[in-house]
Amino acid sequence: MRRLLKIYMEKPELAGVFLLVVLTIIFQASSNSIFLSAENLRGVLGLLPEMGLVAIGVTILMICGEFDLSVGSVFALMPMSVAIMLNHDIGFVPAVLLGLLVCAVIGFVNGYVTIAFAIPSFIATLGMLFMARSLTVVISGGFPPLLPEIPSWIFTQYVGPGGLIRMSFIWFVGIALLAGGMMSLTNFGNWIKSTGGQIEAAASMGIPVNRVKVICFILCSMLAGFAGLIQVLRLNSPLPSIGVGLELQAVAAAVIGGTALSGGVGTVLGGILGALLIRVIDNGMVLSHVNANWFQFAVGFLTVIAVIGNSWLRRTARRIKVQVDDEPAHTRVSRPA
Amino acid sequence: MNQPILECRGLHKWYSGVHALKGVSLSVAPGESVGLVGDNGAGKSTLIKILSGVHRQDGGEILIEGRRVTIRNPKQAMRLGIETIYQYNSMVPTMSIARNLFVGREPLKIAIGSFGLMDQKRMRQESIQAIADVDLHLRSPDALVGELSGGQRQGVAIARAMHFKSKILVLDEPTNHLSVKETDKVLRFIRGLREQNVTGIFISHNMHHVFQSCDRIVAMARGEIVFDQPVNETSVEEVQDLL
Repeated sequence: MRRLLKIYMEKPELAGVFLLVVLTIIFQASSNSIFLSAENLRGVLGLLPEMGLVAIGVTILMICGEFDLSVGSVFALMPMSVAIMLNHDIGFVPAVLLGLLVCAVIGFVNGYVTIAFAIPSFIATLGMLFMARSLTVVISGGFPPLLPEIPSWIFTQYVGPGGLIRMSFIWFVGIALLAGGMMSLTNFGNWIKSTGGQIEAAASMGIPVNRVKVICFILCSMLAGFAGLIQVLRLNSPLPSIGVGLELQAVAAAVIGGTALSGGVGTVLGGILGALLIRVIDNGMVLSHVNANWFQFAVGFLTVIAVIGNSWLRRTARRIKVQVDDEPAHTRVSRPA
Repeated sequence: MNQPILECRGLHKWYSGVHALKGVSLSVAPGESVGLVGDNGAGKSTLIKILSGVHRQDGGEILIEGRRVTIRNPKQAMRLGIETIYQYNSMVPTMSIARNLFVGREPLKIAIGSFGLMDQKRMRQESIQAIADVDLHLRSPDALVGELSGGQRQGVAIARAMHFKSKILVLDEPTNHLSVKETDKVLRFIRGLREQNVTGIFISHNMHHVFQSCDRIVAMARGEIVFDQPVNETSVEEVQDLL
């Protein structure tokens, strides 16, 4: 029993789950039961994939011990480059693949600069944040290009019972399952965690730590670009300004979901929960007629609360001793009454 | 005499103008445990970094069981049977014991190239066995390494080396910053190596630890080996005076 309790308290997502339940109850009550209505859930789930995909990439990269602040800019650059290519008579599929290749190159540059020059990824990707945003505006020529006829239904079509979800949600679930499986079931996931958890140990056990990091940077950029594409196809217009501030929301999502800033700790599910929480706050506040300008305040507050809650849970779990020591008698110190 | 399991011949290493190793030759018999002592900067770390594949020598050669080898990286050192245990950095505290034991050498169920699905059941079962083999009693292989004491962590690191049938175990200051009781535990592990037929190279600042657990003492100073005697033909004082 204690053992089970300990296992659950050590799950990094626990604080996120708890907050989600609490907020759902509050919003359900304050919105006269609109919050959990099918119509509203459809709205929340329709937007979740965009933020969720970015959060997955950022979470994995943070578990690997690095940051990516350029995701918001890549979120805009990828669909913009796809739109430009479409306007130059490149087919939809090759354009998307080339767009993802652009993201991969950006991720590679982020990782390469971070590692080769031994600078914090915070700085390397801060630079990329400005550069990628600027590139987006430059290639758009100042005017958002028009999208030609493209099969955007593969992301935007409503499907499922009562058209509850969009196709983008299916993509999102598929990618989330792959990413989650990669982190917990494959040896590569083990390498990512060890690289972020204690890089010297990983390197001394022969893990190619630099290559692992670069792959995580590339993955993070590609997911951000893909998410941006989904948003642009939903809005049907490639604006150069989308995704501003998204990088910090994604970090907030990862952290709310229990990812440690220091690396090595976190789960894909946690990052998704964090993203869902942010969407829920945004939506729930509107439904509850709260001034929308309080949104950022709520996200900030929630981030801090979640991190405090998580570290409290982890400390408490650690105090529940289930591990039998070699010499248990010595470890027990009696406290004076 | 048996063929040495490890032989270094005239190893040289320069670090940007500093001559860190000046023709070090050392030969270690199978099952022997060698205590490597010396002051800071004597070249101990350089020597073991070359053996564990972190650095490469600039001159000289290394033979394992009589065969000349080139050690390019840590992975290759491990493949040759040389496993190194460092004072802190051999374990990832945020991962479970089972995952730590197999990190970089995970058994795979399905694989594409070198990537694939881990056989987690086998990892857990084998890590329980591996830990029991070094006489360490931990109940669950799912516990995080961060929850173990320093001595237990070194025990798990030694269990890992044993499990992968390492022939040569290099221990770089494994007793630093450990309590007396924990240190005793680690020294016990080192003494246990001989029964498992594992050759040990134990680096320490603490002369007493080395004398308690090794067969032979090798002392280094200024990049050279200055002393090499079986432990029962010398004393702590003699070696200390020399350094």
